[in-house]
Order: sequence, then C-alpha cells, then structure tokens
Amino acid sequence: MDRVLSTLSFEEPDRVPFFLLLTTHGAKETGVSVKEYYSRPEYVAEAQLKMQKRYGHDCLYSFYYAALELEAWGGEAIFYEDGPANAGRPIIGNLEEIDALEAPQVSDSPELLKVLKTTERLKEKAGEEIPIIGVVMSPFSLPVMQLGFAPYLDLIYEEPTHLKKLRGVNESFCVEWANAQLEAGATAICYFDPLASNTIIPREVYLKTGFGVSKHIHSRIKGPCVTHLASGRCLPVLADLAKTGTLGVGVSILEDLGEIKEACGKQLAVLGNLNAIEMCRWTPAEAEASVREAIDKAAAGGGYILSDNHGEIPWQVPERVLMDIAKAVRKWGTYP
Amino acid sequence: MENYEARAQTFEEALLSVDRLEAQNLISKELKTCTPFEIIEKIIAPALENLGTKWEMGEIALSQEYMAGKISEELMIKILPENSLSRITSPRLGITTLGDYHLLGKRMVASFLRTAGFTLLDFGPIEPEKLVERLKEEKIDILLVSILMLNLTSKVRKLRTLLEEEGLEMKIIVGGAPFKFDPLLYKNVGADAMVPDTSELISTINRLAGKKT
Ligand code: B12
Repeated sequence: MDRVLSTLSFEEPDRVPFFLLLTTHGAKETGVSVKEYYSRPEYVAEAQLKMQKRYGHDCLYSFYYAALELEAWGGEAIFYEDGPANAGRPIIGNLEEIDALEAPQVSDSPELLKVLKTTERLKEKAGEEIPIIGVVMSPFSLPVMQLGFAPYLDLIYEEPTHLKKLRGVNESFCVEWANAQLEAGATAICYFDPLASNTIIPREVYLKTGFGVSKHIHSRIKGPCVTHLASGRCLPVLADLAKTGTLGVGVSILEDLGEIKEACGKQLAVLGNLNAIEMCRWTPAEAEASVREAIDKAAAGGGYILSDNHGEIPWQVPERVLMDIAKAVRKWGTYP
Repeated sequence: MENYEARAQTFEEALLSVDRLEAQNLISKELKTCTPFEIIEKIIAPALENLGTKWEMGEIALSQEYMAGKISEELMIKILPENSLSRITSPRLGITTLGDYHLLGKRMVASFLRTAGFTLLDFGPIEPEKLVERLKEEKIDILLVSILMLNLTSKVRKLRTLLEEEGLEMKIIVGGAPFKFDPLLYKNVGADAMVPDTSELISTINRLAGKKT
C-alpha cells in the first residue's frame, strides 16, 4: 500500500509499483469456465489473492467485465471460453426509451452484488496491505453498450436533449455504484472512460460533453479515482483530465510514455503502458525490454505505476510472460 | 475545372466540421461539371482516405471519421444509387466480423467502400462454418474481416482452414484494433493483409486483385 501511496504523492517509493490487471486468468487459476468463474464471487476473490501472491504485484482487481454494468441495466452478457464477456444487444432501441429510462439500484442487481461480495472478501484478507482497485464505466462511455456505438455517436452529434437526459440517469447510477464499491472495501476506483480519448471523440466535443460528466462524477465519488482511457490516446486532453479531479490516467502504447509523463507533471499520476496485445507473444527478452523502457521513461520522481495499456491483461497472455514482467520490474524498478 | 486536390480538401473540411449542408452544396456544384465517378474518385474518396490517415496518426477522432463517412454515404446514394450499373463489381468483395458483435468497424469500412463506388456483400457477424457454406454459393474474391476482440481473431485461422478444406480460394484482408496493436497478428491468423485504416484499403484491394493502381 505504501508503495502505491507514495508514488501517487509524487515521491519515489522503494521500487516502481506495478499492477497486473488480471481478469479472466482467474478462471484458468480456478479451473472453471469464464462464465462459471464470474458466477461465484469467492472464486474471483481467491484467484485474485493467489495471483497477487504469485506475481507479487501491487494491487487486487475486483473488476469482472464491462458488460456486467449492462446486465445491471437489464441487458445481457455474452460469454466466451477464451476471453472476456461482451455486451449483448443494446437495451435502448429508440429515443423514447431514453425518456423512460430509470437507473437500476445497486442493491437490486445480483451482478453488482457479486462484485461487492468479492470486494468485501478481498478486503477481509488483504486489509490495508494491498490496494483493491474497483471499476466503473463512465456515464459518458457506458452508452456505447446501452445503445450501440453508431447510435450513440449519432446521439452525441445530433440529439443534445436526449444526450443530457441519458447523462443524468447514468451519472446517478455511476456514483452509487462507485461509492458502494468503496464502502465494500475498494481502495480506489478506476473510471473507464475511453470516449474521453481523442482517439474516439475530438477534444472540442469532449469539453462540451464527457468533461463535465467526469468533473461532476469525481466530485461525488467518496474516494480516489483514476481515469483509464482503455488504450486510447490522451495527450491533447491531459490538462482537461487533471481538472476533472482524477488522480491519474491510464495511457496507451500509441503515444510516447516520456512525453505523457512530462505533460502530466505533478498533476496526474501515470498508469501504463505495456502493449497488452503484443504481450501475448513476448519472449523473456521482449518482456524485459518493454518493462525497462517504460520504467526509464516514466518512473523518475514517482507518480508512476507500471501496468498494461488497456486496464486488462488478455486471456491469451501466458503465465510465463506475466512472470517475466514481474521479474523485470524487480530487476529494473528499484529506486536508488 | 482542375485542381481536384484543393476541392477535395474543401470537401474534407466540410466533413470535419460535420457541416452536412456545406458538403451537399459542394457536391451539387461539382455535379455541374463532373460525372458522379469523377466526383467519387477525385473528391470524395481522397477526402475520406485522408481522414483515415489522420485518424490513424491520432490527428482526428473516430467520431469525426464516422460522421464524415455517414454524410458522404448519404450524398453518394443520391448520385450513385446502390444498384447503379456503373458501380465497381470486380473484384467481388465480401465483409464480415466472423461472430464479433462489435459492428462499427465493419459498418464504417462498408460505408467507405460503397461511397467509393464499390459493391460488396455484407455477411454480418456470421461464424466461419456458416460463412463457408454461403461462400460455396456466392463467389467472393476478397473477404474483408473486421474484428475488435483479440480472442475472436483466431476465427480467421479457422476460416482459412475451412476454406482450404473446401478448395475455396480467396484473399482475406483483416482490420480492427487488435491487428493494429500487434502488426504481426494478421500473419499468425492466416490473413493476406492487414489494413490499419481506410486510406490504404482501395490500393490493397487492387494489389490483391492483381490490378494496377
Ligand atoms: C471504446 C472502447 C470501449 C468502450 C466501448 C466498446 C465498444 N465498441 O462497444 C467500452 C468501455 C464499453 C469498452 C469495453 C470493452 N472493451 Co474496449 N475498447 C475501446 C477502444 C478504446 C475503442 C474500441 C472501438 O470500438 N473503436 C471503434 C472501432 C470502429 O475502431 P476499430 O475497430 O479500430 O476500427 C477502425 C479501424 O481499425 C478500421 N477497421 C476496422 N475493421 C476493419 C476491417 C478492415 C478490413 C479494414 C480495412 C479496416 C478496419 O476502420 C475503423 C475506422 O477507422 C479500444 C482500444 C483502441 N484504442 O482501439 C478498446 C478495446 C477494443 N477494448 C477491448 C476489450 C477487451 C474490452 C472489453 C471486453 C473489456 C472487458 N473485459 O469487459 C469490453 C467489451 C465491451 C463490449 N462492448 O462488449 C480490447 C479488445 C482486444 C482484446 N484485448 O481482446 C481493446 C482493443 C483494448 C486493448 N488494447 O486491448 N471498450
């Protein structure tokens, strides 16, 4: 915990903290299918604890999969044997349905309650020793699953009134969901907002839409938050993100980590940016070189947590590579 | 009236500011002196290709590329209807996501190609086994595959194996986020090419079809 806290206060701890944001690997660990794995909160908790012990990384991750929030809204998740669940059919088919939309209560959603159970169990076991990272989808990004991507982009550009209405409903849900996780024992919330990235939405549009949402949400969440852009780019919006009240930002391999770190200064901590897709086929030498490069570019002065660039390590990444990453952090990440 | 480049750029600017009316006025003006195909080839397609490059370089956002494609397609349908005989029908193109329910990439690529005057068959999010059955009946020269989820990229390999078993020959071009984050992935799954954005798509299609560009 201290290691993470010092880096977040822009001090150099004993070594660079690293987050292996493992999700579906827990199913392998437990020896069950991905679907079954996520049906039992204790599976997720036990697997998180086991994996943390094995790799020695600096967090526990209570995140299940993004489509879980859609399930809470009455939608469906589609499960795969060899990867994360995906969102099923959108729950909103036309504009009138936005008018009638009501946010689900956390306490009414069996899916969300499972995550809370996992969180409580992690907290029981880890206490104040290892930070527990919870996840929410930003109310500005969630509608991609609620409506489908194209209809949501149409809404952003052409239907400001309905956009506003949707934003209101989603905001109350997001705040309740984040605070419930904090209450259950999460140390911090990772706020997934890839639509804030200029890969997806231009800054001018973001400033009129998702920026206000994020600012509002951050002021109502009763704990520390870090914004993750899910491997979208961030340089043009870094200063804006800092103004939302977020503590740090999850960044992409699509941009230079050194440049990002410089632009963040002491305003935002940086989380990233190992390429989670190429990682599937990294040799030990490649894993070491990637870790070393990231540390060289971003670790000085603290304010840096090493992790992948998406906020989730794909199922296809072998255990051996994760071990190579862990070893490399210990070798190259010690602060003088 | 020459200087297509400047006119393509003006059109591109209208698209980037999501100015439907201005885009429409520009095309109406062009129609007085150019054939639909000249407009497509010299103005609309280059503008969209340029936006593709800009997205890839991180200079514009996906939503801008999406809106630009949407406006252009609306304009195009008016000047060159879907069933127009002057559309490009060779090589025969198909597009699918091989079971990935993330359909935006496919939609944008299909829209771009239709706007550029091509015809293409959209197989939707069909699984490899079913697709091969369809491909026995509908001859396709080049199949475009758009996938967003890493685990689903292995379906390209599966498709390739099934095609070989059936003795069906065709080229496969893949695209989508995982292929961009790992530029070697397309080879590992047995595709013939990976195209990161729409700017290189037409030239890649022509290359694989053995046409000079
Ligand atoms: C925005 C985003 C989200 C949003 C919205 C997702 C959505 N579309 O429904 C949210 C927050 C909901 C989200 C959730 C998830 N995401 Co996400 N997300 C992204 C992000 C930033 C953009 C994705 C996107 O839709 N882009 C728009 C499409 C149209 O872009 P595109 O596929 O690149 O297509 C363009 C070009 O590539 C090209 N193209 C596409 N196909 C083709 C085909 C041909 C032939 C050609 C020529 C060109 C071409 O044309 C398009 C226009 O230029 C990417 C990372 C990134 N930087 O791209 C991750 C990413 C897609 N997410 C990913 C994952 C894993 C998920 C989750 C499964 C996480 C989880 N465990 O729950 C969920 C799935 C949710 C769902 N919908 O089912 C991974 C997928 C790869 C993998 N690791 O398996 C990515 C790639 C991140 C990463 N680097 O690993 N995500």
